[in-house]
Amino acid sequence: MRTHWFTPWLYVIPALATLMFFLVYPSLNTLIISFFGPQSEKFVGWTNYLYCFTDETMLSAFRNNLFWVILFVPLTVFLGLVLAVILDRVPYESFVKSIIFMPMAISFVGAGVIWKFIYSYRPVGSAQIGILNAFLSYLGVQPIPWLITRPWLNNICLIVVGIWIWTGFCLVVLSASYKGIPRELLEAARVDGANEYRIFWKIILPLMKPTVAVVATTMVINVLKVFDIVYVMTNGAFSTEVIANRMYKEMFMFRNYGRASAIAIVLLLFIIPMIIINVQRFREQEAVR
Amino acid sequence: MKPRYSQFFLNAPMHIFIFLVAIIWIFPTVGLLITSFRSSSAVASSGWWTVLAHPFNFTQFTLENYQEVIARIGIGRAFLNTLKITIPACILPIIIASFAAYAFAWMEFWGRRFFFILFVGLLVVPLQMTLIPILRIFNKLGLSGSFLGIWLAHAGYGLPLVIYLMYNYISGLPSEIFESSTIDGATPFQIFKSIVLPLSVPAIASIAIFQFIWVWNDLLVALVYLGGTPNVAPLTVRISALVGSYGQNWELLTAAAFVSMVLPLVIFLSLQRYFVRGILAGSVKG
Repeated sequence: MRTHWFTPWLYVIPALATLMFFLVYPSLNTLIISFFGPQSEKFVGWTNYLYCFTDETMLSAFRNNLFWVILFVPLTVFLGLVLAVILDRVPYESFVKSIIFMPMAISFVGAGVIWKFIYSYRPVGSAQIGILNAFLSYLGVQPIPWLITRPWLNNICLIVVGIWIWTGFCLVVLSASYKGIPRELLEAARVDGANEYRIFWKIILPLMKPTVAVVATTMVINVLKVFDIVYVMTNGAFSTEVIANRMYKEMFMFRNYGRASAIAIVLLLFIIPMIIINVQRFREQEAVR
Repeated sequence: MKPRYSQFFLNAPMHIFIFLVAIIWIFPTVGLLITSFRSSSAVASSGWWTVLAHPFNFTQFTLENYQEVIARIGIGRAFLNTLKITIPACILPIIIASFAAYAFAWMEFWGRRFFFILFVGLLVVPLQMTLIPILRIFNKLGLSGSFLGIWLAHAGYGLPLVIYLMYNYISGLPSEIFESSTIDGATPFQIFKSIVLPLSVPAIASIAIFQFIWVWNDLLVALVYLGGTPNVAPLTVRISALVGSYGQNWELLTAAAFVSMVLPLVIFLSLQRYFVRGILAGSVKG
């Protein structure tokens, strides 16, 4: 469309100004603050970063985030993929999809309450009102204090909450991609005698690879930024600390803006590879257009 | 070809697997809902599933927990706060983004590509990168703890995705519309107002629902810019505080949590199609 040279800017400037103010400027400012002391009054060089990579709670947060990535990402993506493929064959597909997708509409805080109740623990002898421990008691097993059993069990319990929330997202996105595969292709393979297992690995998966990559990068970003679930359920106690919660604590409990900013920068550094992938994906799209 | 019903039984393991997954996914929420209607003594002495033994004995259910959390613990107030935060925080970015997306899609200008890639790149900048500088500015301007501040913040954070989604939709409109309208002498703004916006209603609906649920469920942004003061704190902030102070009063926590879930669930169940479309269109969010 032909316009006066200034006209497009009238349309873009509100967005540009908002983004500059809320994303670009603060990000650059955070980078600077991260080299200063608690209230940005004194230059401290790399001290805050040194803290990030040596402090025991920080290291534990990194370990836990890594554990989240290793467990959460493959499980959500795989479960979403499997469900997308098998739900396609049943008549009640949309009903089950709604059920699995529903947690996406619930806040992480709400999900935290729901699952904290499931994990709730009382000492032996009193009635177990958390369904997991009630089940264990029914089997005659000692109840387990799920959320304070460090270091792995409580983290796994938190990750399960994440999986419960995000699998629906993976399912919906992957299912849409699966339905885009031409049915004749799968039929032809079946006629040629390939079994369903082979078809899944040799045809479905390669064709869905770009979508799987998108979903997986999205999940990695989610995991690196995971905050609400941990904040509500354990607040990082008993070795469940994660990077984002640590940053919040430095910011609001210890009022150390320097350290909090350094943590934010480190978080960004972990996410940058995902940014690159996203931009590349956009470029490819533009090239096709 | 086997008849359908025998096929159904051949696939029994698959159906059982799906059934189990569905049960695992729905059970937690059902437990929350049932618990929120039980008296505190009942909740403390037996599991919620005991209700299922005689589900139609309505004397075991009570609305007391809801009265308590809504009127006395301030969840009613928090609900209104969340509503006050969410609605403008939905409308604002959509307006700003529609203008920008229109220009990016259909106008030629210097830096178009650069700025667009910049906007899309900002999609994945973690909020954590922005919290401290903006909090400082808000403190200076007196915007922290105010609704105006959080509206603007949510508009800023939501903008990259909303622009991206609006761009995808608007750029897909047929170019003949723009050519013929221009020949007829329509100005870019007239085209925007009377053609682009009306045609974009389906996209705007999806994006609005998406943004609504995102803002409604947000904890971090509210925690940082609004804080826990009862007259501004939204549901998520209040409830996460309750988890600390009413940790063992499950009948109250579950009722409060359900209050926070009602509206998103109603929207989700009634407008699921649009919500899913929004998710599919932009499966990334900063």
